[in-house]
Amino acid sequence: MTIIQILFWLLSALVLLSAIMVVINRHPVYSVIWLIITFFGISGHYILLNAQFLAVVNIIVYAGAIMVLFLFVIMLMNLNKDMEPQKSKWLKLVGAIACGCLLLVLIAALKDIDINNQIAETNTGNIGLIENLGTVLFTKYVIPFEISSILFLSAMIGAVVIGKKD
Amino acid sequence: MPINYYIILSLTLFVIGIVGVLTRRNTIIVFMCIEIMLNAVNLLLVAFSKMHHINQVATNPTAGTEAQLFVFFIMVVAAAEVSVGLAIIVMLFRNTHSIDVNFLNRLKH
Repeated sequence: MTIIQILFWLLSALVLLSAIMVVINRHPVYSVIWLIITFFGISGHYILLNAQFLAVVNIIVYAGAIMVLFLFVIMLMNLNKDMEPQKSKWLKLVGAIACGCLLLVLIAALKDIDINNQIAETNTGNIGLIENLGTVLFTKYVIPFEISSILFLSAMIGAVVIGKKD
Repeated sequence: MPINYYIILSLTLFVIGIVGVLTRRNTIIVFMCIEIMLNAVNLLLVAFSKMHHINQVATNPTAGTEAQLFVFFIMVVAAAEVSVGLAIIVMLFRNTHSIDVNFLNRLKH
């Protein structure tokens, strides 16, 4: 077992366990903390796939900006533990069973596809480095990049208008 | 690593997100589960990009770049979506003093 395989299994276990903890935790603040751990695990996967730019952007945008936004909203609402009404036990069980069936069907459908023996290269290749991505982003994809800035502007105006007290 | 492992990992992560959306009633946690689903898709896109790269590197040394840029744009759109969505949740909480999704079904009537 090489070091890359060990890291893959460790990161996968970390990601899945913390994602499950996000779902089953009753307190929203703890869910946010577990979600941050999930994002760090996914960034570890990106580093393992040698996509360093995406790993850094994932940490900055998701773990840095979006999770702080979530924490601020939870703090503003002053949610405490007993406020959330729970669904009934049976409804939770039915949801879990239905999603387990969905997982089973998806895995069974994707078990025999013809890319089965392909390898996703780890730890080599330089397409994920910022040099290559920046060149392509600012030459071939410069128009979508600028359009996304307009999207951000409209999202900012929309958030201000919606959140304003009237 | 074989691509199957990444497919199964992403599928499991996606299904955990669906479980959260179906079984929780707190709007913020439902929103966080949507973020988990988005990240599962991003992880699978990056894994497929590296698979495409190792197959096509002889003819095109930058094969697979587009998928990683696609992930970058998904992150951009997700950030915009989260800001607007949280503003909507704050406004709903101010009007109804609740963030229970079963309570927020007034558009139905």
